[in-house]
Amino acid sequence: MTTVAVIDYGMGNLHSVAKALEHVADGQQVIVTHDPERIRAADRVVLPGVGAIRDCMAEMARQGVVDVIHEVVREKPFLGVCVGMQALMDFSAENGGTPCLGILPGRVEYFGDSLAAQDGERLKVPHMGWNQVHQERAHPLWDGIGQDARFYFVHSYYVRPSEPALTAASTEYGVTFTAAVARENVFAVQFHPEKSQHAGLALYANFLRWDGSTP
Amino acid sequence: MGLAKRIIPCLDVDNGRVVKGVKFLDIRDAGDPVEIARRYDEQGADELTFLDITASSDNRETMVHVVEQVAGEVFIPLTVGGGIRTSADIRRMLNAGADKVGINTAAVFNPEFVKEAADRFGSQCIVVAIDAKCVSTADETPRWEIFTHGGRKPTGIDAVEWARRMVDYGAGEILLTSMDRDGTKSGFDLPLVRAVSEAVRVPVIASGGVGNLDHLVDGIVQGHADAVLAASIFHFCEYTIEQAKQRMAQAGIEVRL
Repeated sequence: MTTVAVIDYGMGNLHSVAKALEHVADGQQVIVTHDPERIRAADRVVLPGVGAIRDCMAEMARQGVVDVIHEVVREKPFLGVCVGMQALMDFSAENGGTPCLGILPGRVEYFGDSLAAQDGERLKVPHMGWNQVHQERAHPLWDGIGQDARFYFVHSYYVRPSEPALTAASTEYGVTFTAAVARENVFAVQFHPEKSQHAGLALYANFLRWDGSTP
Repeated sequence: MGLAKRIIPCLDVDNGRVVKGVKFLDIRDAGDPVEIARRYDEQGADELTFLDITASSDNRETMVHVVEQVAGEVFIPLTVGGGIRTSADIRRMLNAGADKVGINTAAVFNPEFVKEAADRFGSQCIVVAIDAKCVSTADETPRWEIFTHGGRKPTGIDAVEWARRMVDYGAGEILLTSMDRDGTKSGFDLPLVRAVSEAVRVPVIASGGVGNLDHLVDGIVQGHADAVLAASIFHFCEYTIEQAKQRMAQAGIEVRL
């Protein structure tokens, strides 16, 4: 039986990630763990995350999962979600500046307090709710998901990769920001597939079928 | 195109059953929460809010089971409010599958609780619920005060100021209910919604008074709300969520269809 490990480092709502994966698991085993051996033994790995980045990074270190994350991102299908996406970058502006895992090149920036739409409407921060995800390139994780499908977001910071080619999808909210990144066997999304109904479940199902290769 | 305005059906739950009181009197039974949640999800609800109105704390566990069941089959954001007083209450609901918790009375009695909760669980899951009543006379500038205990106890606190303070303390969203309008089906208190929505940088959910679909449109267009919450018009199948979204789309509001 193949397994997918959801990395548990004590932050936020990984239960909903696990529940959504289980819903589409189709015989695959979903485990929630911070045990490096079990993460290493899994076929696929998901890094979830909510809350402040400094706490997330501190908890990853405290739970002893940093090394195994660096290891598995080199070889297994790997999915980062929300702060789990932001944590993959070099550095985040949140909490007065927080060094991240440095797995993908780029920074995490704040939307700002004076964010406005093109028509001048003031935009609230956090960016909360259902927004459109524009797929910038073909990827196995987009299979069966419509162009500009809506996904559920809740975040105040967004990823800015230093290599534009990393962007797998973008979304408009005062700025055009990177909603998904992809490189080889690593995929990561700013939105919450586990809270995005059909489109979100489809993305998780695609991840559970993905062998980590890209066309 | 961009971020959609949200429609959030609210399920008032008493001892594991969905009920809807009209001005807190006539409590009508509207059914099984899990079944109703499933129906709203199928109709395209953007989120669901559960308000635990169970009087006795002995029955609070019932709500945990409801949330667990819903979270296992409905994959949209879930908010749970009512009786959230401690970090342990928050943790229990988040572990059961809630994404956000609504803090109301506890915030009024101990504002620091909001700060602690936001620090510990993140602002994204802390919704501060404000029950406001108009306290100005017709010829004065409108002024609203917050009330606790289901609208029975005045606090002397200005609602707009309170909303600002709660956001400073880390609230990620404000759920704003007009006690004057709740259960009346006469529409939102639009000046209240607008005053609060313009005063804070976080999203505001308008609540209280929805009797028809145009009221939802008004809440967004005139009240500048980011989301609209309604209960009875959906529970008793007067309208579906789909119909509500169609009406909003016709009015030029961006929705998830």
